[in-house]
Amino acid sequence: MVTVLLPGPLRGEAGGASRLTVTAAGTLRAVLDELAGSWPRLARRIRDERGELRRYVNVYVDGEDCRHLGGLDAPVPDTAEVQVIPSVAGG
Amino acid sequence: MATLLAIGTAKGLFLATSTDGRRSWEVSGPHFPMTGVYAVAVDKRRATPRLLAGMTSSHFGPSVATSDDLGATWHEPDRAPVAFPADTGASLGRVWQLTPAGPGQPDLVWAGTEPSALFRSDDGGVSYELVRPLWDHPHRERWGAGFGGQAVHTVLPHPEDPERVTVAMSTGGVYHSTDAGASWSPGNTGIHAYFLPDEWPEFGQCVHKIARDAGEPRRLYAQNHHGVYRSDDDGRTWSSIADGLPSDFGFPIVTLPGRPGAVLTFPLAADSERFPAGRRCRVWRSLDAGDSWQALSTGLPEGPFYPAVLRDAMCADDGEPGGVYFGTRSGEVYASRDEGDSWSPVAAHLPDVLCVRAAEV
Repeated sequence: MVTVLLPGPLRGEAGGASRLTVTAAGTLRAVLDELAGSWPRLARRIRDERGELRRYVNVYVDGEDCRHLGGLDAPVPDTAEVQVIPSVAGG
Repeated sequence: MATLLAIGTAKGLFLATSTDGRRSWEVSGPHFPMTGVYAVAVDKRRATPRLLAGMTSSHFGPSVATSDDLGATWHEPDRAPVAFPADTGASLGRVWQLTPAGPGQPDLVWAGTEPSALFRSDDGGVSYELVRPLWDHPHRERWGAGFGGQAVHTVLPHPEDPERVTVAMSTGGVYHSTDAGASWSPGNTGIHAYFLPDEWPEFGQCVHKIARDAGEPRRLYAQNHHGVYRSDDDGRTWSSIADGLPSDFGFPIVTLPGRPGAVLTFPLAADSERFPAGRRCRVWRSLDAGDSWQALSTGLPEGPFYPAVLRDAMCADDGEPGGVYFGTRSGEVYASRDEGDSWSPVAAHLPDVLCVRAAEV
């Protein structure tokens, strides 16, 4: 099982949960696709309609920024921890 | 009877309500905190007015929500309400405009977006589909982007003919459809584009806002990126009505639903000097379709004034006599309950005001 950790502003889109578990693994895309099936509003706050990660949302796989691991193709082991963190942006 | 004033700001939506004939206001919010609310609408075509809000989180993207209880609760669908189809390769930047269609089409709502596109909803503004013929227009690849981005920021349905709809975009200009969106043609003849090598192009103008006259549906008004215009042929050709104004630069242009020939602007000094004209807080009004103009400042700040009023941050309500409202980039909101003759503050110290819409509810 992969654990997905959510930041405070997104927990309302996941029934208030701070962490979710998904069975999909292999790639970050597979993990986020499974999330989209259960929590579509959560998913579209992380990715746009093209499926691309939103510019100011960072996703870490076992502590590594996914953008350094191949982006949505980042390998995600089946015991991984995926952390979603808003970037330091905004005015 | 109450009057509701919806105030979209850079950090959420505020709702002001008056139950004493627009003399005093109670302000609540923010709804959708930390989102930029660029578009808001009050749809009175249904038994209970529906509020629509287009908000954009800088982190989590854009969306549209609706409320059927005047903002007490909001509904946002699971599926993205406004989204570009996969084959376009585009993604929604933000919703700039939400416009209910005429009373004969009670479930039709238009949405203008960034990048420049038009969407239509046939379920009262809950979910939207791209209007393909405008997206596929051969001019699209030459539409540009101003500082605020490239967007369809104005949608004007025709009040009597459901086949006719007009949009305006920056940059690109004015486009019309006479077949309910199936085809589109530009309508910019007479609008100056001083910033282009060809200063009188077929399209490419930076039209900041257009509005339709209350009494003559074929009469439109435009506030351009320098230039204030009137069209008497449903936006095909335009003539300057800037004589008498202190400047032809600005963003909003507003008409009064109950007063044919009435049009209001908030002039800024110039493109290169985006302070209020004369550095004073003054609304300018014409009651003769732009033939003459009058400065309105009773009740407005008297000293030097520097904040601008953005393109959707001025509006009129449907009361009698007509109410007028504007908000500034410094978070001040003013209201007039006498067509602009006098003003009083509604709110201060809000985030930058991006849009206002008001109606009796």
